[in-house]
Amino acid sequence: MRQYFGRKLLIYALTFFAAVTINWMIPRFMPGDPIQGLVARAQVADPASVDAMNAHYRNLFGLDVPVWEQYMNFWGALLRGDLGLSIWAFPTPVSDLIVRAIPYTLALLIPAILLSWWAGNRFGAFAARRKWLDNTILPVGYILTATPYMWLALLLAWSLAIVAGIFPVSHAYSFSLTPSWSPEFLGSLLAHWVLPFASLFLVMFGGWAIGMRNLIIYELEADYSNYLLALGARGKLVRDYAFRNAVLPQITGLALQLGTIVAGALVTEIVFSYPGIGYLILQAINSQDFFLLQGVFLFIVLGVLIANFIIDAVYTLVDPRTRVRLQGAGA
Amino acid sequence: MSQADQISLPAESGGAAPGQPAAPAPVAARRGGDTLYFALRNKKLVGGLIVVLALLVLGVVGPLVHTNSPTEYLGTPGQSPGGEWLMGTTMFGQDVLAQFLHGLRSTFLVGALGGGLAAIVGMAVGFVAGYRGGLVDEVLNMLTNILLVIPTLAVLIIIAAYLKVRGVMVEALFIGFTSWPWAARAVRSQTLTLASRDFVDLARLSGVPTWKIITRDIAPNMSSYLFMTFILLFGGAVLAAATLDFIGLGPTDGMSLGLMLNNAVRWSALQLGLWWWFVPPGLGITAVVGALYVMNVGLDEVFNPRLREM
Amino acid sequence: MALRVSDLTVHYRTLRGAVKALDGVTFEVGDGEILGLAGESGSGKSTLGKSLIRMDGRMRHVGGTVELDGKELPIGDDGAMNRFRYKEVSLIPQYAMSALNPTRKIGKMVADLLDSHGVRYKSVEEELGRRLDLVELPAEVLGKYPIELSGGMKQRMVMVISTLLDPSLLIADEVTSALDVSTQKAVATTLAGFRNRGFVKSMIFITHDISLTHQIADTIMVMYAGKLAEKAPADTVVRAPRHPYTKALINSLPEVGVQYAERKLAGIPGSPPSLLNPPAGCRFRDRCPLAFDKCGEQPPAVEVAPGHLVACCKA
Repeated sequence: MRQYFGRKLLIYALTFFAAVTINWMIPRFMPGDPIQGLVARAQVADPASVDAMNAHYRNLFGLDVPVWEQYMNFWGALLRGDLGLSIWAFPTPVSDLIVRAIPYTLALLIPAILLSWWAGNRFGAFAARRKWLDNTILPVGYILTATPYMWLALLLAWSLAIVAGIFPVSHAYSFSLTPSWSPEFLGSLLAHWVLPFASLFLVMFGGWAIGMRNLIIYELEADYSNYLLALGARGKLVRDYAFRNAVLPQITGLALQLGTIVAGALVTEIVFSYPGIGYLILQAINSQDFFLLQGVFLFIVLGVLIANFIIDAVYTLVDPRTRVRLQGAGA
Repeated sequence: MSQADQISLPAESGGAAPGQPAAPAPVAARRGGDTLYFALRNKKLVGGLIVVLALLVLGVVGPLVHTNSPTEYLGTPGQSPGGEWLMGTTMFGQDVLAQFLHGLRSTFLVGALGGGLAAIVGMAVGFVAGYRGGLVDEVLNMLTNILLVIPTLAVLIIIAAYLKVRGVMVEALFIGFTSWPWAARAVRSQTLTLASRDFVDLARLSGVPTWKIITRDIAPNMSSYLFMTFILLFGGAVLAAATLDFIGLGPTDGMSLGLMLNNAVRWSALQLGLWWWFVPPGLGITAVVGALYVMNVGLDEVFNPRLREM
Repeated sequence: MALRVSDLTVHYRTLRGAVKALDGVTFEVGDGEILGLAGESGSGKSTLGKSLIRMDGRMRHVGGTVELDGKELPIGDDGAMNRFRYKEVSLIPQYAMSALNPTRKIGKMVADLLDSHGVRYKSVEEELGRRLDLVELPAEVLGKYPIELSGGMKQRMVMVISTLLDPSLLIADEVTSALDVSTQKAVATTLAGFRNRGFVKSMIFITHDISLTHQIADTIMVMYAGKLAEKAPADTVVRAPRHPYTKALINSLPEVGVQYAERKLAGIPGSPPSLLNPPAGCRFRDRCPLAFDKCGEQPPAVEVAPGHLVACCKA
């Protein structure tokens, strides 16, 4: 067991290491003086700010020391939580911006992932091998899973917010309110949350439903299902068993999809101007704020790695086969 | 899209599937014909194929017939569809139809290039890792696992952001080089099961070189699986490109469906009610990718008799 | 008579038309009898086995009846058959290694299965323990997952589960084809033991391995291309077969007890006819050294000696 998780952790550590290295390398591969380039692109007019930025970058990049030392310095700054200063929101530290944005992104992502996974699996299992449902409703699943996240977001925003006026179009809460725990403010938060959540939920739901439908069809054809049927087990029992076994690859599927899902959340936030990580990325790109962009990148990698680790742990808890194998290896 | 698990392993039918109807000898000879026979009768496959081909023709031929520039300001801004402008104009007076046709073209280009590249890399890594085993497998597997957990889109965003000039080709190249890991993993596990079969052993014992065994004995035996993998990679590349374009990291010198969406949002098409600006591009992407996915299910049913409903 | 099959005809639906996998088969299995069912792949032996317990989605019951202990089995009606499955007719499948749900503890799976038939696990727990003991499995296996058992253990576990409710008829479908020689023999002996102890009243032992069948079966029935070719006491089939096909089959074995029967069967020149449009008359005609004009008509199964049926004009 320890060996298994040790190996997993090693992979995650290597992944993080690779991500940080990519992050460090990319600006250095770009032609020209990276600092001049960065400051010039920053389009900050105030000379004092330019000087401050120059000094900061020089310090951070440390171009006058050997390459390996630059690399170590980069790690040093990173471990101190120093991701540099944002250009877009100068002089706010990048880490502050990220910490402020993260709750919004998580508030969208976590409920959308969990609910769509649960509902999609249930629905897919229900539709499988029921001809009428399979043929009429599952095509909808295919359309949903093929839909780009931002497009569904646009359609929802246009139809339910602009045309019908049921929900607000953008931001996380009404600007006329100041953040507090008042019911009025919470209500505004909720109203602004519904559409981005719904659009994330729907696209993911389609994917899970189809994945489960296809998996369960294989499971229902599996030998253990045929054996149960030959011995006259109730249809419900056979389906329950097939469902349990089909859920396992869906857990792995969740881990594999995390990157795509996060990207989906980012573009959804952009459509709704929802002040999460995705909104930060858009601002960073528009104002050529590379420190912000790189900081966000590291945060996303870190978040995905943590989520992967949680999924791994859950999987070993749920699948007796891995559990048995791991215990056998540990003993 | 839970791509990886949408394709389950094709027919690892352990032994002669029990309940196979009386199988007289000539059946083996008819197998190729059988596949085609079922393929032509599979509604999902045929329907998906028709949609994909129709859109492909639209993307390839469309810009040749409808020769308006997708980027020039040609007409009155914000025209609704109909009359002179079949699909209306943007708020700068660009021809939405021309944008859509050019966008479709680059969508197929990105899908074919990015998906094709990812398929080649994924297969190469999967074959070698699965067939050679040992240290090679260990190293390739580690690499695959690392790339599998890195959120590739985030990497793409970083890379693309630093590139001053971006083309559809470069975009496809980057997508191809980052989206292969799951395919490699799937191909590897398939190769593992095939590598232990008698006919592969026989080839190995008679001194056939590795690459020949892979191309002659292993790959053809999982060709259906490889084809389905390519289709999923194609769809994935299209969606990844659309996401990049939408964030504002799309081609700087061309038109794409994702870029149309990006422009529409940036210039408040939503608030201005210019729905004809953002509905067609998304619809185009959804149609291409959705039709590919449906095709894939159809293919799965054709290749795996157990899934056919009769 | 425990089992009485009359004129049973079962087809497979395919897009090209009906494959007549089982064409008017009539036979009986007595109480306490083990019937060995032999034939090449495609002879209809597996189709027959499945028809008696559960047809798959492509099979159609076209005609004929199956009677078990005087009651007719509704073999074409999947729902109605459920009442008979497990309690009256049970199956040890070919795929015993993968017949157990990988993610359920074995004991829990048994309990769930029993529950489907309204049988309380508690009420059979003791007997289950005794039978596990009989096949030399520790009672702890019930608390384990299939992955924790060896192949042989899984095989024995499935044998115990399938016979737990003392079915009247047990169908053992190619149970030995995946096993090595010594295990094959052990499995066959165990099955015979189940019959001797009354766990099952009668048994149909389907195999392509005539020599193995000979060791445990009382009667052997040879099928060819969806029809009965010959049925006789086991010794008679092996030592004095009358049907040319059975003869070829037996002759192709260097001596009784030698393995690789399947390969030898394929050694008979020619191949079975297509069952999509089977030719009129005797289906072995094209491969038969004795074929003559009269073989253009379908030969009826004639009782040439007590308990010895042969479907051949020359016999």
